[in-house]
Amino acid sequence: MLLSPALAISAVLFTLGVAGVLFRRNAIVIFMCVELMLNAVNLTFVALAQVIGVGGQVFVLFVMAVAAAEAAVGLSIILAVYRHKQSVSLQNMNLLKDG
Amino acid sequence: MTGTPVDLIWLAPALALLGFVLNGTLALTRPNTKTLVSVIGAGVLLAAFAVAVVVFSNFRSLHPEDPVIYRYWSWIPVGTLQVDFAFQVDQLSLVMLLIVTGVGSLIHLFSIGYMKEDPGYARYFAYLNLFVFFMLVLVLGASFPVMFVGWEGVGLCSYLLIGFWFTDAANATAGRKAFIMNRIGDFGFMVAMFMIFWSMGSLDFATVFEHAPTALAPGGAAITAITLFLFLGCTGKSAQIPLYTWLPDAMAGPTPVSALIHAATMVTAGVYLVARCNLLFAMAPVSSAVVAGVGALTALFAATIALKQWDIKRVLAYSTVSQLGYMFLAVGTGAMTAGIFHLATHAFFKALLFLGSGSVIFAMHRAYHHTHVHEDAQDMRNMGGLARYMPWTAALMWIATLAIAGLPPLAGFFSKDEILTAAHARGHVQAIWLVFWGFGLVTALLTAFYMTRLMLYTFHGPNRTGEAERPHLHEAPWIMTGPLAVLGLLTLLGGLLNVPELYRGSAWLHHWLEPVTAPGAALIPDVHLSRSSEWLLVGIAVLTAVVGVVGAWRLLKPAELVPAKQAPEERGFARILRHKWYVDEIYDALFVRPLMWLSREILWKRVDQQAIDGAAVNGAARGARALGWANRWLQTGQVGTYVAVFVVGVLLLLWRALG
Repeated sequence: MLLSPALAISAVLFTLGVAGVLFRRNAIVIFMCVELMLNAVNLTFVALAQVIGVGGQVFVLFVMAVAAAEAAVGLSIILAVYRHKQSVSLQNMNLLKDG
Repeated sequence: MTGTPVDLIWLAPALALLGFVLNGTLALTRPNTKTLVSVIGAGVLLAAFAVAVVVFSNFRSLHPEDPVIYRYWSWIPVGTLQVDFAFQVDQLSLVMLLIVTGVGSLIHLFSIGYMKEDPGYARYFAYLNLFVFFMLVLVLGASFPVMFVGWEGVGLCSYLLIGFWFTDAANATAGRKAFIMNRIGDFGFMVAMFMIFWSMGSLDFATVFEHAPTALAPGGAAITAITLFLFLGCTGKSAQIPLYTWLPDAMAGPTPVSALIHAATMVTAGVYLVARCNLLFAMAPVSSAVVAGVGALTALFAATIALKQWDIKRVLAYSTVSQLGYMFLAVGTGAMTAGIFHLATHAFFKALLFLGSGSVIFAMHRAYHHTHVHEDAQDMRNMGGLARYMPWTAALMWIATLAIAGLPPLAGFFSKDEILTAAHARGHVQAIWLVFWGFGLVTALLTAFYMTRLMLYTFHGPNRTGEAERPHLHEAPWIMTGPLAVLGLLTLLGGLLNVPELYRGSAWLHHWLEPVTAPGAALIPDVHLSRSSEWLLVGIAVLTAVVGVVGAWRLLKPAELVPAKQAPEERGFARILRHKWYVDEIYDALFVRPLMWLSREILWKRVDQQAIDGAAVNGAARGARALGWANRWLQTGQVGTYVAVFVVGVLLLLWRALG
């Protein structure tokens, strides 16, 4: 596997994730974009593992476990918000703002 | 530890403390208990007196030169400051121990009768026991801080007992006045302690007196300052000029309290302190002169006020201030024995006088109570001719009167004469002492006069109490006259403690106290008067007393006196004396009002309300609100915005880290 293309893809994926988080309003889409960023980082780990050592691959497993947990918690929060507000748009989630 | 019954010394204060705890518990839980409270209250004191006698007799058979010190526990171990909670048993503290527990026991017994009807009976005895505990800590303490605990404690009890009938605002005010005046004195005591520790590195009496001659230059600024600050403490506690004004007001408390605290024991603590530190005072001639001068001046000043008071207790109060002045004249002169001797005899005859006046007030109060008349039961103008109704009280008070006037061979004669002789002798070396002696002599004349006046107006002439009340005037019960009789006996025989060698006496007290007073006495010029001049001085003193008594007897006409309600206001000089030289008014104008003005107008309205409340507290709140208002635009509540800021932040950090 070639190092540079892998890293390039990873960078593109990450940037897509950031852009999605910044510009989309739907909470589920934003959530998927966060996952995209996580997986971009995973790709970097795997790619660099051949240079640095097996540690990167081990770390990917950790990230996946944490991402799974995070997905469970995040989706249940979004579900709870939907039940409460009948919407998953972030624009409606501004309870902390005064007035 | 000596392995003798002297080791039991801790029992004396412990018993008093036990009495306080038990009576205090009863006062809180069952305030109407009387018999049990009396048994505990007086019982612990009698037991403490028994302990004192046992300790005294055993200590006497040991007759050690050095004090016996008992260290119970380490109290303040801080760096180089090591203070143990320790008691010191020596000749001086034993004399005080016997006076406090002995006279204290008699006054506790008297109180059983005097306070019988009072609703605060248990509380009263709890306070009285607590007072005795602190007084014993004061006289037994082996270091300045331990003594200071007792010193403050007796001040607290004095405050509590002056304001014992606190529902009357005047009594509560009198208590506060005493407390505040004493606080001024305590400030002096504390500064003196700081300076002693600073210059000698210890606060134990033994160490301080051992190091003082080498650590400090005699007559130097340091020792003079230390002793003057100590004396400031004494002027507060022992009611000397300029802090004496609280003592006459302290008569607001129950009369036995006046006898115990404000005549016999607590107010003599200052004299005890000077006698204890006799070495320090002997090293500072200026301070000694100040002590003697203030004492002589106070003696004369208070005696003039006593001439024109109508309240029987107030006369005695000013008399106490005056007699305390005598004691300070003695200890300032270096005649420590004479001072302590007068302290002891004064405790006997002044306790007798106060308790006697208590009997009189008790009788007057009951008589007025029968007819529901609200007259002043303490005003001598309402009394007169009481000797017919209470012969025992009258006879015993006459003994005390002649003793305080200084007629031989009563207790007061020997002690007062010794003080005047000592002052006169010192006058041969330093002429200023001749002035002090003159003050003392005039005071003796005035003392004889006002005391005879008190007796004349109270017990002789026609009765002015009122027709309806007269049949209800009776002698007090035996529980009150009994202690009076014992004190009368002590007043008769008290002089035997220290009959001077002039009358082929043994001067027992003088030799007994020698181990304590010797270090100071060695530094003071020793003047021996010739036998003939000593006799001459005695003659002058006796003549003065006789002139005072006879003069009052001849000049004053009790028959012409009218009851308080119809009495006209005094005129001229008498009016000034009646109003106590307007000292309270002067203090009020000089200190109280400016302080009140400063507190109200500056400290309260400016500093507290405007600076602290306005600028600091509300200002901080206003500042926080303004800051919040300025920053609120950052918080949009839109998650998108936060994420954008977050991303920008991360990019900036990356740029800083990589670039």
